Amino acid sequence: MTAEVTTAPVEAPPAFPLSRSRCPLSPPPEYARLREEQSVSRVTLRVSGKQVWVVTQHEQVRQVLGSPDMSSNWKLPGYPLQVPLPPEVLESLELPLVAMDPPDHTVRRRALIPELTARRMQALRPRIQEVTDEHITAMLAKGGPVDLIQELAVPVPSLVFCDLIGVAPDNVGFFRHYAEQMVNRDISPEEMGAAQYEMEMHLQGLVAQKTETPGDDVLSRVIIKNKVTQELEHNDIVALARMLLFGGFDTTANIIGLGTVALLQNPEQLAQVKADPSLMPRAIEELLRYLSISDSATARVATKDVEIGGVLIRAGEGIIALNGSANRDDRFFANPDELDIHRDAKGHLAFGHGNHQCPGANLVRVELDCVFSTLFRRIPELRLAAPVEELEFKHDQLIYGLYSLPVTW
Amino acid sequence: MRIRHDRERCVGSGACAFTLPDIFDQDEDDGRVLVLVERPGEERRKAIEDVAASCPVFALTIEND
Repeated sequence: MTAEVTTAPVEAPPAFPLSRSRCPLSPPPEYARLREEQSVSRVTLRVSGKQVWVVTQHEQVRQVLGSPDMSSNWKLPGYPLQVPLPPEVLESLELPLVAMDPPDHTVRRRALIPELTARRMQALRPRIQEVTDEHITAMLAKGGPVDLIQELAVPVPSLVFCDLIGVAPDNVGFFRHYAEQMVNRDISPEEMGAAQYEMEMHLQGLVAQKTETPGDDVLSRVIIKNKVTQELEHNDIVALARMLLFGGFDTTANIIGLGTVALLQNPEQLAQVKADPSLMPRAIEELLRYLSISDSATARVATKDVEIGGVLIRAGEGIIALNGSANRDDRFFANPDELDIHRDAKGHLAFGHGNHQCPGANLVRVELDCVFSTLFRRIPELRLAAPVEELEFKHDQLIYGLYSLPVTW
Repeated sequence: MRIRHDRERCVGSGACAFTLPDIFDQDEDDGRVLVLVERPGEERRKAIEDVAASCPVFALTIEND
């Protein structure tokens, strides 16, 4: 350890998550203050009252997420869980890919990534375009105002997911309904639990069916390959399907909704993208940076004593590497609080960093390109049908987004 | 300029192959990086440096001849 190592200040740590109050498209204003003082500081988790570290500067967020001395294992005592999970539930939980460490994580990730290569994701473009066009045609036929979340943001990623894992056409309705329920705040915890259970049974059945009669889809190819390598059990493959579901449904819908608002709020930049669609890929990276919907989902627990940004993190202590804060760090991005579709936003950490970086990132890029390009080309007069202040943002969710988004034209 | 890649580090994010598909690809078998053009022209240096900097595990390095 170096001489710069200091201990944390003793004042009461702020409650986490912090409030976004000032502007719903920006991270909590408190992040800027924390980032200025020191990259690493203490917070108190609202969900459990436990004190954990948050990391706010780009360099140290990357350091934490790239460190072999940081574990993703939810079951380790110091892991900063941000959702209420009763100990007995946590105990019996089969850890998803996102909560695994090497070498278990490495084996499972490597079984999946050949199916999600840049080339394969680009090859999905015609189908994604078709699904996008169908839904925009339906929106136009219906006439505004409509809820963009229900009409476009939720159905497109869920249908793409169904294609990807090879859901039979007569079962697609079930997945679509499930996706809608997940954004429905009015259903009870019991109904939510029942929907999750039904989905679990569906995925179990799907893997069994693909094992019996493989098709031309991601799950089938993983299963076929695994017959040779014998690295994964049936449950591991179900877990991969579950990961694609949780990783790909809601997140993509959220960034479609928020990205639409961000573009509509910046009409000059939107006009430039409309005039020159080749600007879209860069605009998408910037939207991912600017909105950082999975800000606090990148959490770890130290497995050794580690120094981060001059602060000693003890083995067993929890640490949340705030990618949304890193993405607004002026040490890395000039004028970080401005949306600028012309900036080179590569280097943003919205997909995380290190060996857990989102394996579906390139699918999201293609989906966003199809959706935003087509939406603003076919409905150039698109506008919000309610003031931004009245939109229903997901302030209560780990992954940020909108519950609904009334638009018209 | 010569592109070096570390297959052991690579986690198959495909950030390189998505951004510069004429220079990088991914192995169909395991999803890990393939360098299609090991010695690209000097005019591509900036683009390749940017891609190397955005690799989530820093598996790409550029060597000078």
